Amino acid sequence: MTTWWKSGSPWVWLNAGAVSISIIMVFGLLLLILVRGFGNFWPHQIVETTYENPVTGEQVEVIGERRRSETLTGQALREAGIPIPDDQVLVTRHLFKLGNRDLTGQDFAYFIDDFMGEWRYPRDITVLERREWGDFLGTPVRLIEDGQVVAEGEALWPEFQKRLARSNRLFDEIRQIEREEIGNINFRLERVRLDQRRAELRGTLTPELEQEFVSRRAALNEEYAVLQERLRNLSAENRRDAIVMRAPNGEEPTIRLEQIVKAWQPNNMSIPAKVAFYIDDFIGFIVGYPREANTEGGIFPAIFGTVVMVLVMSILVTPFGVLAAIYLREYAKQGALLKTIRISVYNLAGVPSIVFGVFGLGFFIYLTGGAIDRTFYPEALPAPTFGTPGLFWASLTLALLTLPVVIVSTEEGLARIPASLREGSLALGATKGETLWQVVVPLATPAMMTGLILAIARAAGEVAPLMLVGVVKLAPTLPIDGNFPFLHLERKIMHLGFHIYDVGFQSPNAEAAEQLVYATALILVLLIVVLNLTAITVRNHLREKYRAEGD
Amino acid sequence: MTQFHTATATASTPVGGLNSGLFEGAQREIRSLRDETIALTVEGLNLYYGDTPALKAVTMQVPTHRVTAFIGPSGCGKSTLLRCFNRMNDLIDSCRIEGSINLKGENIYARDADVAELRRRIGMVFQKPNPFPKSIFENVAYGLRMQGVKDKRILTEAVERSIKAVGLWDEVKDRLDSNAFGLSGGQQQRLVIARAIAIEPEVILLDEPTSALDPISTAKIEQLVEQLKEQYTILIVTHNMAQAARISDYTAYMYLGELIEYADTMHLFTNPSKKSTEDYITGRYG
Repeated sequence: MTTWWKSGSPWVWLNAGAVSISIIMVFGLLLLILVRGFGNFWPHQIVETTYENPVTGEQVEVIGERRRSETLTGQALREAGIPIPDDQVLVTRHLFKLGNRDLTGQDFAYFIDDFMGEWRYPRDITVLERREWGDFLGTPVRLIEDGQVVAEGEALWPEFQKRLARSNRLFDEIRQIEREEIGNINFRLERVRLDQRRAELRGTLTPELEQEFVSRRAALNEEYAVLQERLRNLSAENRRDAIVMRAPNGEEPTIRLEQIVKAWQPNNMSIPAKVAFYIDDFIGFIVGYPREANTEGGIFPAIFGTVVMVLVMSILVTPFGVLAAIYLREYAKQGALLKTIRISVYNLAGVPSIVFGVFGLGFFIYLTGGAIDRTFYPEALPAPTFGTPGLFWASLTLALLTLPVVIVSTEEGLARIPASLREGSLALGATKGETLWQVVVPLATPAMMTGLILAIARAAGEVAPLMLVGVVKLAPTLPIDGNFPFLHLERKIMHLGFHIYDVGFQSPNAEAAEQLVYATALILVLLIVVLNLTAITVRNHLREKYRAEGD
Repeated sequence: MTQFHTATATASTPVGGLNSGLFEGAQREIRSLRDETIALTVEGLNLYYGDTPALKAVTMQVPTHRVTAFIGPSGCGKSTLLRCFNRMNDLIDSCRIEGSINLKGENIYARDADVAELRRRIGMVFQKPNPFPKSIFENVAYGLRMQGVKDKRILTEAVERSIKAVGLWDEVKDRLDSNAFGLSGGQQQRLVIARAIAIEPEVILLDEPTSALDPISTAKIEQLVEQLKEQYTILIVTHNMAQAARISDYTAYMYLGELIEYADTMHLFTNPSKKSTEDYITGRYG
């Protein structure tokens, strides 16, 4: 025993154990996110069965997708008043996604196995993903056009697919007009209003100028009227088709095709069809816009917002951090004061991030943003332009948050540059500044990239401060569009981290949200990996470029 | 202060005595500083790191277009003295200097002296090759670019001339745009010398330029020093006494911050006038 102790093996075991636990935790987390996240999009089989309510004895039809099953003790259920035989120890119950929120008010429900009838998988059970009220589960009865039946029975499904495609095309066109063209006109109308207000404030509003504003506004309104008319026509056309579905409770609601995003018959799909559906669903999740308080649809605005915010943050933090580090390491006189400053900078990294958020809100937004509004955007007041949370302030707050990381890495990089290189440059008559910019800083760029990589990883996953300084549950517009100046720093953005919080913990439909949360987390993790890999590739390229022989 | 800088050996002194083997076949006469043009004059130079003296009252004259070697045990101050000539010691915060060094009559430690200008006139090559993380071309052009030369033609000419001068042209002419780190240690050191002479300095300081190199590269550098002294005044610090004997015209022996003996190399190695010098050059030291 003593020899074993002295041999140093305990240390090896201890260290290896620590590493293993870390790895298990990291991979466990990733695995959970991967499995749950990727599992969200698979079209699962739909069960049709009957259920006898154990308390009332009432018999109901059930159509639903089994989400998960759990085993409970019979005792617990007996205490809850459910008549389970006394000798039965364990009871299985299933969570079913039923859909049809609008009919039953119940999207998910638990069913006790003992009271269920036989499980059948009829091939004609159809899932309709609707733009409102979530999924509809049932069997199609007939397809109608302007009140007339056009297809029933066998012919229904192919005809329905055709007409759904047309309806989706029309819908896309409508949305394109609403989002892009009408959005543009609104933007330009607002600009006319601001121009006029500015002229008023400056006292340069002449009658001719006013006339010009009036005509500009009239032209835009005319354009708007044309679009409005087109929209009306498209909507009318899109209201043409509808489908009558039979719900498990016997109701036969009529659902207009314009209300349907997607329809599928999971029990009737082959594996390749399911794979195709899966890929399509996954892509739709990434490029789609959220619907119904973020609980349905895609997360494109959140992905876009996160990426833009991280990029703006990188652009802000890199020069600040690098310049500060160069000053601290190269120019400042090393002494007690500098030591204090350095310790302060390092400790900045330990400040809770919400404190940065509060600081950003108070100093950046209210103080700085307010001053910017009064100076540069008086025409928009009292509506704030920069005096309200937005992309720029969120990025700036994150830049502040990640500044210590960049400073520390850059300083370490600068400290590693051999003195001989500096001396070589100085000995050729270069000044200290020339030496720095020509020789020292280029060699330290890989270290700066390391700092930036750490900063990106931290910033992309940060949520708490962002809730205060610019991230919202639902942003009406993206921060980049076709209107000058293209990048709108004052706009509010959506963010994946906040999206997870919002969907997971602020949503009324917790069961439905769960899978979206995993999927969103998966996308966030993938996004951070992509951003980091890009930065690491750049760094490796730089390292290769500046690799000293025998280094 | 002894008058060692006026070597007493005369032209007729026969070669013999100590270390004569080093100079076998040497066909030269013993030189005297009195006959030389003086490039650098050091007067009463004291240097302190904090409170510790590193150089004590060094006074000497360095002749133009000659190779002057500094030898002595580690820590004797020879590198420190060398770095005084282009004010490299300015970089060390705790370093304090008294006395003067004159370059062609101007005190380089004068209050209004331009350090960058001084370093253009007195180039330096260090112990370990230190090419910049740039192309071979840009390495050699660096000094000129720092002086504001932008004309591509002038730069190209200067680079070619300098690289040819160090005998590296045939080895690198096809890859001037590739990274200087790709060269071997010996090539790098010659590149660094080319970089130093590209700005046409008057004096070149070599701080143990061959200590990190293999024997073949060392021989090339030594040969190069022989050629370069036609145009430049060269000061070299070396640990290798044989090297000092081979390539230098004058040798200064330093010990514990003091200049013990300074004379014609052949004279110093064969007839040292100080016991300390004799002990060192015969290997009895330490």
